[in-house]
Amino acid sequence: MLISNMELIPGKRVQKHLGLVQGSSVRAKHVGRDIAAGLKNIFGGELKGYTELLQESRDEAMERMREQARAVGANAVLNVRFSTSSVAQGAAEIYVYGTAVTLE
Amino acid sequence: MELIIFLTLLILGYSFGQWAEKKHYRSIISREKTLNRIPAVASRYPPAGQQHQQALVMGSTVISVDYFKRFIATLRNLFGGRVTSYESLIDRARRESLLRMKEQADSMNAEMVFNIKYETASISKGRRNTIGSIEVLAYGTALIPMTP
Repeated sequence: MLISNMELIPGKRVQKHLGLVQGSSVRAKHVGRDIAAGLKNIFGGELKGYTELLQESRDEAMERMREQARAVGANAVLNVRFSTSSVAQGAAEIYVYGTAVTLE
Repeated sequence: MELIIFLTLLILGYSFGQWAEKKHYRSIISREKTLNRIPAVASRYPPAGQQHQQALVMGSTVISVDYFKRFIATLRNLFGGRVTSYESLIDRARRESLLRMKEQADSMNAEMVFNIKYETASISKGRRNTIGSIEVLAYGTALIPMTP
């Protein structure tokens, strides 16, 4: 399955347009990471635990999108966009969406 | 007693924050120099010409502001004006994310990355809704030369 944030793939024609597919994942961090983040709030700097956490949930959201695309019979997802929002204190939602198509 | 704690946090935040920021900027600048050979452009369509393989690449960073900077930003809220302490924070996060994206592209032997999009979100808000930490995600399409 090809996943790309391009609108068109050069040299390949879109045969069929299958609509929007999406995947989302909401994750909260565990207490240990929360304490480390609290300390980092004093000293500043990168929160490595959160970076990893968000990367994991982004992978999961993409996997869900891929499953949905597979279910509608697509072989590529184009024009993929990511979005992140904090839904509650300590939890973030990752949302991925794109256009499912079949390429020849 | 509370004042002592406050002042200690302020001093700790200032010294560690400044040290971390300088160190981070040094590492960003040196890595930007080495990764400059992979151009990253925001154009939506790939350059015409030879055929390439494409791959989605991304890099993200979560970065937190220190106690001193947050205090300065709260003061700024009273008077208005540029909040330089947050500007440098977001600048660091953006450049770091772009570098991580380029590093991923580099590991795939990509020639260039195009259609770059940035996405910024403040993921944890501190007390009184001050910005605690922000996440920046940079993503784009890497062009990998076809192996003959």
